[in-house]
Amino acid sequence: MVDASTSAHGDLTLKNLTKRFGDFVAVDDLDLVIPEGSFFALLGPSGCGKTTTLRMVAGLEEPSSGSIFLGNTDITYEKPYKRPVNTVFQNYALFPHLTIYENVAFGLRRRGVKDVDAQVQKALELVELTHLASRKPNQLSGGQQQRIALARAIVNRPALLLLDEPLGALDLKLRRAMQIELKWIQTEVGITFVHVTHDQEEAMTMADTIAVMNEGKIEQMGSPADLYDNPRTSFVANFLGQSNLIKGSIVDASGDNKVVDIFGTKIALPAARNHAHDSSVLLGIRPEKIRIQPAGTSMSGNILIGGVISDASYIGVSTQYQVEMPWGQELMVFEQNDDGTPPLAKGDAVTISWEPIFTFGLAGDQDANAGSEANPDSE
Amino acid sequence: MSTALLHTGTHEKKTVLSKKKLLPYWLLAPGIIWLVIFFLVPIYQLISTSTQTQGYGIGTYVQTYRFANFIDAITSSKAQLIRSFEYAFLATLFALIISYPLAYAVAFKSGRWKNTLLVLIVAPFFCSFLLRTVAWEQILGEQGLVIKVLRFAHILGAQDHLTATPFAVVAGLTYNFLPFMTLPLYASLERIDIRMMEASGDLYANALTTFRKVTVPLSMPGVVAGTLLTFIPAAGDYINAELLGNPGTKMIGNVIEARYLEIVDYPGAAALSLILMVTILVLVMAYVKRAGTEELV
Repeated sequence: MVDASTSAHGDLTLKNLTKRFGDFVAVDDLDLVIPEGSFFALLGPSGCGKTTTLRMVAGLEEPSSGSIFLGNTDITYEKPYKRPVNTVFQNYALFPHLTIYENVAFGLRRRGVKDVDAQVQKALELVELTHLASRKPNQLSGGQQQRIALARAIVNRPALLLLDEPLGALDLKLRRAMQIELKWIQTEVGITFVHVTHDQEEAMTMADTIAVMNEGKIEQMGSPADLYDNPRTSFVANFLGQSNLIKGSIVDASGDNKVVDIFGTKIALPAARNHAHDSSVLLGIRPEKIRIQPAGTSMSGNILIGGVISDASYIGVSTQYQVEMPWGQELMVFEQNDDGTPPLAKGDAVTISWEPIFTFGLAGDQDANAGSEANPDSE
Repeated sequence: MSTALLHTGTHEKKTVLSKKKLLPYWLLAPGIIWLVIFFLVPIYQLISTSTQTQGYGIGTYVQTYRFANFIDAITSSKAQLIRSFEYAFLATLFALIISYPLAYAVAFKSGRWKNTLLVLIVAPFFCSFLLRTVAWEQILGEQGLVIKVLRFAHILGAQDHLTATPFAVVAGLTYNFLPFMTLPLYASLERIDIRMMEASGDLYANALTTFRKVTVPLSMPGVVAGTLLTFIPAAGDYINAELLGNPGTKMIGNVIEARYLEIVDYPGAAALSLILMVTILVLVMAYVKRAGTEELV
């Protein structure tokens, strides 16, 4: 059953990939290159087209148009069982009538591999579940099933491993442990992992590169740090963590730092971090980058005065403030509890400031709240 | 004083408790009474009758514990007994062959026609079993379309018939018990998570291998239920052999019917009924054990 395409390997390339369901465009003219050997995450809210993209790569869904290449081999219309691609399904889809051993051996047997036993043992060792080989899937816990699903896929040494929300059904603690384990296994086996998730933390913990998807398109692609520190759209700024986005206009664009006027205050914005295409700008700053002091304290960097704390919640590692600004907007400020001073209280007048290098600028014509309602953190 | 109070307290508690304890039995009572009147009593009577012998006059029998009745029954009706199981086996096999693709199509490929198709499968039940079998007599009869087509195609000669043949009996049995095969099969196929098949395809199994290694094993509970629901009533059936067969196709049901109603040999009929019941029970137990349903369900 092994043929030429099964041995295809190399970068995964999606060209103008489109999938329509009736009038609904699930995946919209997607172009993407995923380098061989990388841990790649497709991140987005439910319904953004990430799972459909994954299913097209697996061969479970046929694209409406566009093509999929693995290395130089066109696999767009190849049958799923002829692709060197394996999937870890959401809810695992282990075969309930087969033992764990036979589940893991399934792919090897279909391909007529010789040393099934040795390879199954090795895969079970990798996920540390050799002692469960003779059990049935329903006798395993969720975390164990998850690892077997992973072993069942990687035992085939595919060119590409697809993970469809693989940790979604696990509880928080197990999820954290599995994130680290998955990352370790990926480094160990060196297979390209394409990971679909709506959990930004999961994507950031594991992936080398993240593509943030929204409404069938890729909003932005890059390393986790790159996406977080320098988002290009309000969707990315809000979906990956939390952001304060303030409307302003660029009044001086001549220097390395552009000068932005927000409600009468001049703020410095590094030119390289400005993604606005005209003078209308959404000025962004992450809550944990902001320093907060009682009004009247002298501060450096970008300074905003006249704020009043409207809410303060102490959450141990930090205190989270809502600060109402003179123009009515509430800004979020996360302050580390590391200086021994008692936290500020609701109603206190404050001055806030941050280093100009943390400022980012987004095109001013976007919805400042895009992506925040889809962010699982704010649920 | 206080001890007395305490005492009455526990006493009241006890009666409440015993009332609560009895409640399940009250709820079970209708079922148990039904079972006793319509199952245990008849079974006792059947067993008792099976060892009786002829008394004074036709239709009167006295208990003599003559166990040789069973040996007599087997020796005289061995052929019909074996034939019953042969026919029932064939009907079950044909029903399975017809039902599996049908149930598969309804479960996975029918889309919005699913409910319509299910109603069509159950539709024969709106008509009496007897009438449907009589209708088959017409369909396979000399005036029917089937025989004309077969004769035209020279598959059958002018002097060949379809009615009054073993073929007609097995065909009738197959048809009559088809829904009993299709519905459990459909139920178990429909329950299969489509992702199992996707996972199989993802793991290098083509459509045929997926069917063999995933779909069929996962539908085994339906296969076992369907074959039992077809085989058991088919083995005891006598209507199909009566209406569609000839004297050479008599099944055990026909013999029992004749002994009860025509020859008025109650002990013989009772002995044969028990033999049929026990044989089916043994076969079913062996079958279920081999199929290992407890592991699959």
